[in-house]
Amino acid sequence: MGELRLMKGNEALAEAAIRAGMDAYFGYPITPQSEVLEYLTREAYRRTECTILQAESEIASINMVYGAAGAGARVMTSSSSPGISLMQEGISYIAGAELPCLLVNVNRGGPGLGTIQPSQGDYFQSVKGGGHGDYRLIVLAPATVQEMADFVQEGWDLADKYRNPVLILTDGALGQMMEKVDLRPQVDRKAHDAPGWATTGKTGDRERNIITSLFIKPEEMEQVNLRLQEKYRLIEKNEIRVQEINTEDADFIIVAYGLSARIGRKVMELLRDEGMKVGLIRPITLWPYPYETISKAAEHVKGFLALEMNAGQMVEDVRLAVNGRCPVGHYGRMGGIIPSPEEVVDEIKTMYSKIQ
Amino acid sequence: MEHNMQEIEHHYDEMEIICERPATLLDARMHYCPGCGHGVAHRILMEAVEELGIQEQTIGVAPVGCSVFAYHYMNIDMQEAAHGRATAVATGIKRCYPDKYVFTYQGDGDLAAIGTGETVHTVNRGENVLIVFINNAIYGMTGGQMAPTTLISQKTSTTPYGREVPFMGNPLKITELLAQLPGAFYVTRQAVNTPANVRKAKKALLNGLKWQALKKGTCFVEIVSNCPTNWGMKPVESNQWLEENMLPYYPLGDMKVPSKEELENG
Amino acid sequence: MAKIRGDVKIDIEKCKGCELCVVACPQDALTLSNEINKQGYHYALLVEDVCNGCKSCALVCPDAVITVYREDRSGKKTPVAEVRNVTGDITIKVGAEDAAN
Repeated sequence: MGELRLMKGNEALAEAAIRAGMDAYFGYPITPQSEVLEYLTREAYRRTECTILQAESEIASINMVYGAAGAGARVMTSSSSPGISLMQEGISYIAGAELPCLLVNVNRGGPGLGTIQPSQGDYFQSVKGGGHGDYRLIVLAPATVQEMADFVQEGWDLADKYRNPVLILTDGALGQMMEKVDLRPQVDRKAHDAPGWATTGKTGDRERNIITSLFIKPEEMEQVNLRLQEKYRLIEKNEIRVQEINTEDADFIIVAYGLSARIGRKVMELLRDEGMKVGLIRPITLWPYPYETISKAAEHVKGFLALEMNAGQMVEDVRLAVNGRCPVGHYGRMGGIIPSPEEVVDEIKTMYSKIQ
Repeated sequence: MEHNMQEIEHHYDEMEIICERPATLLDARMHYCPGCGHGVAHRILMEAVEELGIQEQTIGVAPVGCSVFAYHYMNIDMQEAAHGRATAVATGIKRCYPDKYVFTYQGDGDLAAIGTGETVHTVNRGENVLIVFINNAIYGMTGGQMAPTTLISQKTSTTPYGREVPFMGNPLKITELLAQLPGAFYVTRQAVNTPANVRKAKKALLNGLKWQALKKGTCFVEIVSNCPTNWGMKPVESNQWLEENMLPYYPLGDMKVPSKEELENG
Repeated sequence: MAKIRGDVKIDIEKCKGCELCVVACPQDALTLSNEINKQGYHYALLVEDVCNGCKSCALVCPDAVITVYREDRSGKKTPVAEVRNVTGDITIKVGAEDAAN
C-alpha cells in the first residue's frame, strides 16, 4: 500500500507530514533543516490545502503552533538547535497547556551559533527540560530515513493520545542523507473533528474552552502539575521503545541513539569479528528512557559505552540505569565531527582492557 | 455638587431596558482597578461580539499583562498567549480556521515591546484578525515600569526622574508605523475616557470585527487608556491627565480606513 | 417635565466607586453613596430624579454594573438597535431618539 522512494531525510519527514494529514506547519529557515520548510511550500498546499507558513522567527513559529494546536489542528514545526532554544518558552507553554503537536530538532553543533554539521549536543535540552518547569517531551530518535518518515505519524498519534508535545530529535546527517523510504498512504486531513477541548468557537451547547498554562493559585498549579506527572508516569509505563542487538550473550554493550547507533552497530560488527562479545542498545524513545533494558543488561555485562556526539549527556542516564554495577564510559566527538568506527573500536578496546 | 443623599425611588417595571451588561461578558467581578479602561474596553468588545451575533465563531487571544485573565470575563473560546506572542497565536488559529473571528487583546508591553516582531509581521502579512491595543503608557501588572509608549518626562518605577530621550528614546508610535503597511486594512486610535469616545471606540471595534469577513487585511484598534493606580491618580483625575497629556501625543482618529469600494466588494 | 424619563439600576456589589459615572452624568444625578459594599467601595447611587436615560454613565462604567432604563412618555416605545448577520444586509431599526445618539 505504500510507495517506495529514494529521499533525503528532511524531505522524507516533510513528505510523511503531508501524508499524515497535517493541517499546518509554521517554521523558519535554519541550516541543516530548511529543506523541510522548502519541501512543504512546494508540495503541501497543492495536495491537501494545509497551511504552510514561513514565520518571521522561531519564536513566532512556536507560538503559531500553540495557537493552531489549541484550536485542534494537527500542527508541527521544525528547527535546529539555536532555533529550538528560541522555542523553549513556547514549548513549555504547549506542555503546560497540554496541547498535542510535533516538533523536530535537526541537531547541529553548538553551543551558540555553532556549526551546521551534525551533533547530539541537544540531548539534555530535549529530555531534561529545555524550557522551564516540570514537563516532559516525548522524544523519538530516528536512526534511518525510514524512521524519519515513520516517526511523524507515530509522533502525532502519541501527541494526540496524551495531549503532549512530541519531539523528533534527529541531526544534520540524517536530515541530509538519502535512503530508501517506504511512504504511508495519504490520510484525509479533514476526516476528523477537532477535539472537544479545542477553541473552535463556543457553541450554545457547551461552556467556553480556555487554553492556558496560567494557574495563578498555587493549590491549582500543584494539581495541574500532579496531573501532568500522572500522565508522564503513564507514558513511561506504556511508550518506551528500544532496540537491542546481540545483547543476550554480550559482555560489553554500546548504548547509542540516532546517527551514533548506526556507527555503534558498525563498531559492534567489527568487534564481533575480532571475537569480542559486544552488543548494542539503541534507545528509540529518549524520553521515556529505557532504563529497565539497560539495568537488566547490567546484570550480565562487564561494561557499557555511551556513544554520542557530544561531551557526555546520555551517558548520565546510562549511569543512572546501571547504578554503579559496572563501569560506564563515554565516547563522543563534538563540533559537528562524526566519529569513525575505528576510533570507537580503539576506545572500547582500551576501556575493555582496563575492566578485565 | 451638594446632594441630598437619598436614593431616588425606582420604578423599573414602568420602563424598558435600553442598555445592560452584555451576555458575552460573564457575570464575574473583573479584577481591574477601579476606573481602569480595561473594563470599558472588555465591555464594548463583548457588546460588539454580541451585537454581531458571532459569539459562537469568535476566538480571542489574551496577553500577558493586567488583562491576562480576560478569559475569565469574556464568554468566548480563548487562548492565553505567551508575552508578546498573541498575534502569532492568532495567526496560528486564523490560518487553520479562516472563517472564524479572531482577535488579540494586548497592552503596550505585549504589543510594542516584546511582541513588536510578531505585531509588525502579523500586520505585514495582512492576517485577517483584529488587534485590540490598549495603550496606557505604563506596565500595569508588573507594578508601573516604563512602557515603549511612556511619555517624555513621565515618571514610572523605572524612570523615577522621568523618561529622558537621550537615554530611553522617544515614546513609540507603533500604530502610526503599522498604518503604513499595505497589509493593514483598518487602523484607528480611539479612547474610552468620555461617553462620546466610548461610542466611537465601540464603533471601531464593531468595524474591526465585522470587516474580518472581507478577508482584506488586519484591523487594528488602539484604545488610549488610563492606569489610575500606576499613574498615582484617582480614576476621574487620570482621565483628565489622559486628555491633557496623552491625546496630544497620541491623537485620536482613523489612520487608515478602507474605501467604499473595498468595503462593497466582498 | 421631561418627555423622556430614565432610570439606572446599579449592581452595587460589583461597583468599585470609581466615580466615572458621577462625572459623566450630564444631569449630575449620580453620586457615591456614604455606604460601602462588601468589597469596601462606596458604590454609585442615583440621587436626583432627573435621569433621562442618556446612557452616559453606562458607557463609561468599567465594570458594566449599570443597567439603563427608559420610558418615553409620549407613548412611543423605544426600540433597541438590532444588527443581523454581517454577511447579509445590515438592518438597523432605530427610533427617533436613538438616531440622535
